[in-house]
Amino acid sequence: MKKTIRGKAAKLSRRTFIVGSAAVGGGLALGFNLPSGFGPAVAQSANEGAEVNAWVFVKPDDTCMIRVARSEMGQGTITGLAQLVAEELECDWNKVKAEQITPGRNLARKRVWGEMSTGGSRGIRTSQDYVRRGGAAARMMLLQAAAEEWKVPVGELTVADGVVTHAASRRSLSYGKLAAAAAKLEAPDPKAIKLKDPKDWKIAGKPLKRLDTADKLDGSKVFAIDAKLPDILCAAIKDCPVFGGKLASYDEAKIAGRPGVRKVVKVKDTAVAVVADTWWRAKTALDALPIVWDEGPSASASSAMIAEHLKGGLTATDTNGERGNGERGNGDARKAIETAAKKLAAVYGTPFLAHATMEPMNATVRLSADKAEVWVPTQNAEASLAALSEASGVPLAKCEVYKMDLGGGFGRRGGTQDYVHQTVAIAKEFPGVPIKLIWSREEDQAHDFYRPISQCRLAAGLDASGNLVGLHVRVSGQSINATLNPAGIVNGKDMRQLQGFSEQPGDAQLGYTVPNLLIEYVMRNTHVPVGPWRGVNTNQNAVYMECFMDEVARAAGKDPLEFRRALMSQHPKHLAVLNAAAEKGDWGKPLPAGVHRGIAQFMGYGSYSAAVAEVSVSDRGELKVHRMVLALDCGHAVNPGQIAAQVEGSVAYGLTATLYGECKVKDGRMVDLNFDSYQIMRLAEMPKVETVIVPSHDFWGGVGEPTISVVAPAVLNAIYAATGKPVRQLPLKNVRLV
Amino acid sequence: MAKLNINGSIRDVEVEADTPLLWVIREQVGLTGTKYGCGIAQCGACSVHINDEVQRSCSIRVGDVKASDRIVTIEGLSASRSHPVQKAWAAIDVPQCGYCQSGQIMAAAALLKRTPKPTDKDIDEAMTNICRCGTYQRIRAAVHIAANDTSRT
Repeated sequence: MKKTIRGKAAKLSRRTFIVGSAAVGGGLALGFNLPSGFGPAVAQSANEGAEVNAWVFVKPDDTCMIRVARSEMGQGTITGLAQLVAEELECDWNKVKAEQITPGRNLARKRVWGEMSTGGSRGIRTSQDYVRRGGAAARMMLLQAAAEEWKVPVGELTVADGVVTHAASRRSLSYGKLAAAAAKLEAPDPKAIKLKDPKDWKIAGKPLKRLDTADKLDGSKVFAIDAKLPDILCAAIKDCPVFGGKLASYDEAKIAGRPGVRKVVKVKDTAVAVVADTWWRAKTALDALPIVWDEGPSASASSAMIAEHLKGGLTATDTNGERGNGERGNGDARKAIETAAKKLAAVYGTPFLAHATMEPMNATVRLSADKAEVWVPTQNAEASLAALSEASGVPLAKCEVYKMDLGGGFGRRGGTQDYVHQTVAIAKEFPGVPIKLIWSREEDQAHDFYRPISQCRLAAGLDASGNLVGLHVRVSGQSINATLNPAGIVNGKDMRQLQGFSEQPGDAQLGYTVPNLLIEYVMRNTHVPVGPWRGVNTNQNAVYMECFMDEVARAAGKDPLEFRRALMSQHPKHLAVLNAAAEKGDWGKPLPAGVHRGIAQFMGYGSYSAAVAEVSVSDRGELKVHRMVLALDCGHAVNPGQIAAQVEGSVAYGLTATLYGECKVKDGRMVDLNFDSYQIMRLAEMPKVETVIVPSHDFWGGVGEPTISVVAPAVLNAIYAATGKPVRQLPLKNVRLV
Repeated sequence: MAKLNINGSIRDVEVEADTPLLWVIREQVGLTGTKYGCGIAQCGACSVHINDEVQRSCSIRVGDVKASDRIVTIEGLSASRSHPVQKAWAAIDVPQCGYCQSGQIMAAAALLKRTPKPTDKDIDEAMTNICRCGTYQRIRAAVHIAANDTSRT
């Protein structure tokens, strides 16, 4: 028997966790072993190659297949994780191919690849340790195989680019020749695994090209929406447009005889789908189907009513907790502000937002006699597996998820898996036949889990010298946990909505020290389902804190950068990133006539971000964002080229929200159902983006999300500098700037 | 019944005349590189060339396409990703998720055919496709790289 490596993670093993579809309140418990040692290798036929351990499969031609458990949605995780394994493996990067594993395989091998969920900018930072150990263990086994082959001490061997050399006897063998023997060896003692010092990295830490670009250039990449299977049928669906409503009836006779239509299927209590031989025929038949909805209790809800509901939370005293549904603080902020030499207050607000992934929600399900399969774009393949099993009744062990790279994720395709549940319900009517459900763009906009709406009242007190003596922040708005994860609300406190305001270091700490501080969250839920949206609550909270900070700085008669610096001496990493953005962004230097700067900083996902924006506002109030400099300290930077790509992308995502993003509610439903009214920023509006990676090699922070939060406040602060009027309500399309 | 010239091949398709060209390309012809994004000619994920002009195929009825119209999809743009736009896209890793990139590449190729040395303003006006990953900065840079590709004919 082979031993398995038990790393330091092993003591956490056998933790039970719930993988499931939180939206429907279900879930399946799976035993969870943190990836500890790459388990026993699975026997492979030697002429195809050999699995040295779970992370590394080597082919006879020296190709190293590096296994990746996280989902690729454009953020570059496949490349970054492969770099980390390859660095320790000491293989030839030009011979690396990434192989994505399925959750069925993961489950069958006792979750040897660990967690597959891909969100919260965790893909690299929470798996870096065990994937590097996987690469290192494989290298040690390959070296040991060479030592045994040549009967020399392993200490006399060297390895470079996947070739092991014994210099004294002038012998060398490549990994492809050693893999079969290495796979039969015992995995090394975990204590013997010494990871490289990142300053010695040759593959990781470098701006290497992505591994997954080629098939995105010629249309050959297969997204889930492109899945082709024998006898496949396609489905289009309409769910009750009012959240909380139901399907009352439909008149199937009205679409009888339409070409290609096979069946009309009621999906749960709330939706109806048409199944046809092509999606277009299904979609047009569904459009022609008369449907009566029971719109339920929220049929009259509107954006104005929701705004009133939230506004009440800004002054309410009847909150669940003593001071709110979550709070932090020190000193007595209310008293300090009340007695301050100068005081000011403001109310800000941000709307619901849709994710609007370019590839709409879709899934393809085939239910056979003894098997359930789904082809799906998913950020959480194990949640997809659980949803498939739960909805089909097929045991987990007989379910499989073919995880397809996502045409955008941004938080929409995580734990909920609502579209998998729907597709299974339809596929049950067609045993053995693959059913591909595609949401129209309109359905996608109408049934998102939206970025939560909130308002925020901020008040500050300044002493006679313009020093901030008290700050009171109250966020009133919807809770993601209330929709998706009630267990996340502990003792009535939902701290997730205060993301970025934490007192604790490490994840999302507020970068300011204020002598009297009170930050509160007051939960005000609506009938609209909400969920994580790239950057989640850091986005709204950064707007509130950082824009108000500029208002306070102005009231104090101080430069916004200098005012912030004075509050940040206890937070050197926040400060270093702010300074880096200010320096690269030429803060304080002359600008062309009519161009103004704004600055902001914030922390999220274990990383520190800051931005400087340059904007101009014309006499007619037209905004132009010319340039944005973003600084990011994510600790170890695994692929600086892809980090820059994520930062550039975060500007587009954040700026779209700033300029246009708003899902209005009317008659209980969403009304901005396509890109004509739910506008998305185009290339012409993209500012020049410069990325500064601030080196700080003592932690692992996230990359995909943190910088979005500083985009909006930097731009809004630049507008404030240009016009003298603070913008307190997003999006900008609704605001007259002059 | 419609007769289509797609990527140099004549294809007979059995389909209702009001079906959008996008869905004929994807579902009857089986070329899935051309993507559905919005269905209302807003996002450009469905961009193809018709007689060398870029068109949003979601909003063209197949019945309005003539048998003589030359349709080129992303699959037919070049052999083995050799078009200067594809090479430029690869050179600086433009794609993130990649879903919109077929349309972006087709729009860029049409721009360069019309305007071999585009200015930033030309690029602003021509490249109106939506990318949610936000690859716009690299798209602009890659169009310039492709325009300066000396191997272009």
